[in-house]
Amino acid sequence: MITTFLDIVISGLLMGGIYALIAVGLSLQYGVARVLNISHGEFIMIGAFGTYILYKTAGVNPILTLAICGPVLFLIGFFLYKTLFKILLAFSDSAEIFEGKSLLASFGLLFIIQNIAILIWGADIKSYSFLNIGVDLGGALFPANRMVTLLFAVVISMTFYLFLAFTRMGKAIRAAAQNPRIAGLMGVNINQVLALCFGFGALMASFAGGLLSMCYPITTTMGMEYTVIAIIVVVLGGLDSIVGSFIGGFLLGIVGSIVTYIEPGLALVAYYAIFIILLLVRPTGILGK
Amino acid sequence: MDITTLKSKKSLIWWTVIFTIFILLIFLPFYTQGYAVVLLISILVYVILTLSWVMFSGSTGYMSLAPAAFFGVGIYTSALIGKVFPFPITVLVGGMASFILAILVGALTLRLKGIYFAIFTFGLVMLIAYSLLFFEIQVTGTRGRFVIVMDYNTIYFYMLGIFMLLLLTTYLIKNSKYGLALRSIGQEEDAAAHTGVNVVGVKVMTFAISAFFMGAVGSVMATKLTYIDPFIAFSTTYSFMPVAMAIFGGTGSLYGPIIGAAILTYLEEILITKFAEVYMLIFGAILVAAILYLPDGLVGFIQKIWRRLMERNHVDT
Repeated sequence: MITTFLDIVISGLLMGGIYALIAVGLSLQYGVARVLNISHGEFIMIGAFGTYILYKTAGVNPILTLAICGPVLFLIGFFLYKTLFKILLAFSDSAEIFEGKSLLASFGLLFIIQNIAILIWGADIKSYSFLNIGVDLGGALFPANRMVTLLFAVVISMTFYLFLAFTRMGKAIRAAAQNPRIAGLMGVNINQVLALCFGFGALMASFAGGLLSMCYPITTTMGMEYTVIAIIVVVLGGLDSIVGSFIGGFLLGIVGSIVTYIEPGLALVAYYAIFIILLLVRPTGILGK
Repeated sequence: MDITTLKSKKSLIWWTVIFTIFILLIFLPFYTQGYAVVLLISILVYVILTLSWVMFSGSTGYMSLAPAAFFGVGIYTSALIGKVFPFPITVLVGGMASFILAILVGALTLRLKGIYFAIFTFGLVMLIAYSLLFFEIQVTGTRGRFVIVMDYNTIYFYMLGIFMLLLLTTYLIKNSKYGLALRSIGQEEDAAAHTGVNVVGVKVMTFAISAFFMGAVGSVMATKLTYIDPFIAFSTTYSFMPVAMAIFGGTGSLYGPIIGAAILTYLEEILITKFAEVYMLIFGAILVAAILYLPDGLVGFIQKIWRRLMERNHVDT
């Protein structure tokens, strides 16, 4: 009984780590830069394939590839905001119009990125074996690669949280999240901060993708699934709360693992049911104001 | 010539043009065969979805990503009762089922503002799709269903009929006090409520009427698909495409969404047949470019150029 319980909770936490990382990225992009990035999952996919390619062709340790793919995707995200979304922002009369337009633009981006990825990497399912050894945790066996994943997800999120809490740039980001106009008046270079946030979102997606590829098979069409999970988690945690997204990720992971234990076919149904009920009952999320 | 006769003359020309187009469309299957009708069916599906979407979202500013939900409900209605009832009744039931779903959804959610409404409606589509998939596999033991087959000409005439009805409904709403109420909600909802507009009632009703047409076109479309499963019926493509087409054409006028849907559907057909590998790439690029450089849509852009040309003429004379 206790072993089963542990089993469910631990596998929930392992999945939850990835969810948290994905959601923190989206939360940055939506909570601060006001772009509900439907192509978030595509950045995860690029991160996953980057890791896969580097490991397969050059033999780079998948954990090291995080440090290679991350910055590249950060730059892509940064310049994407500087070009595409900045123009959109300039043409939009209100914040709501910008949110609608940027959502659609990111939908277009999804098409573009996915198509390019299919052209380069094909549409087959790919996987590699990394640290695939069992670790005994209180009577239940868990693969070591998932433990690494969880560890890195927590470390990355914590580091980012400390960055937000204690650095000048972190303070500027938080100010921009609260009120971009006033933050701008207070001397925050607002365009730079919003672009940085979008870049950080892409960075998180890349990390998440790299970690995912260590444990699960990857395809070029995997993005949408994770985008949707990210949206659910972000709503769960409150649309503009980064801490909320982090906690929400683990919560959803555990819920998912409980439901999977009872009836595997219902896991996604449960996610969407939680999502819909939450939006109706408490649209500001568990930690929202 | 004074201004009123000029106006009535202009509207007379418009009505003649619309009337002629409809006569041509009605007789089209009799003088062409094969592909033209199939293409027009695809175009009509998206035109109806886009126009229905604009009916609610274009004027109120609430971005609904629910078209796939209502479209899918229509498709499933057709699969469930299509073999039992005569087809016109199936179409009507498909529309009504979506209508009722929209009233429920609308009453529950229209207090959600901005992006919350968009992601709620998006989640709704996915919830229905996954629940239905679970139900089909667990209870009926199959993944999909077969739908009754009809010939393309019949499908075409049903689509055309729904399109005409939708056009009439949109026109009537636009030129009634309800249209005015809708636009006032879109501009400033609180002010609309204060001036005596039954904000919730008007929103829910319009949402439901637009859903009726999406459901109806879905139940006709099912017969063209012939085989359906939850992910074919509730594909998110049907949610995003109408929005993209409306933005591309321009939501300010009645013909903007029609032109947008027609052009993009035609483009999609060409790209899929000729450049299948890069179809998504080109389509995505066009979508992004349209959002970036055509803020008022294609129609708004053309109107702007037209106005500029006109002004130049005035200055010259």
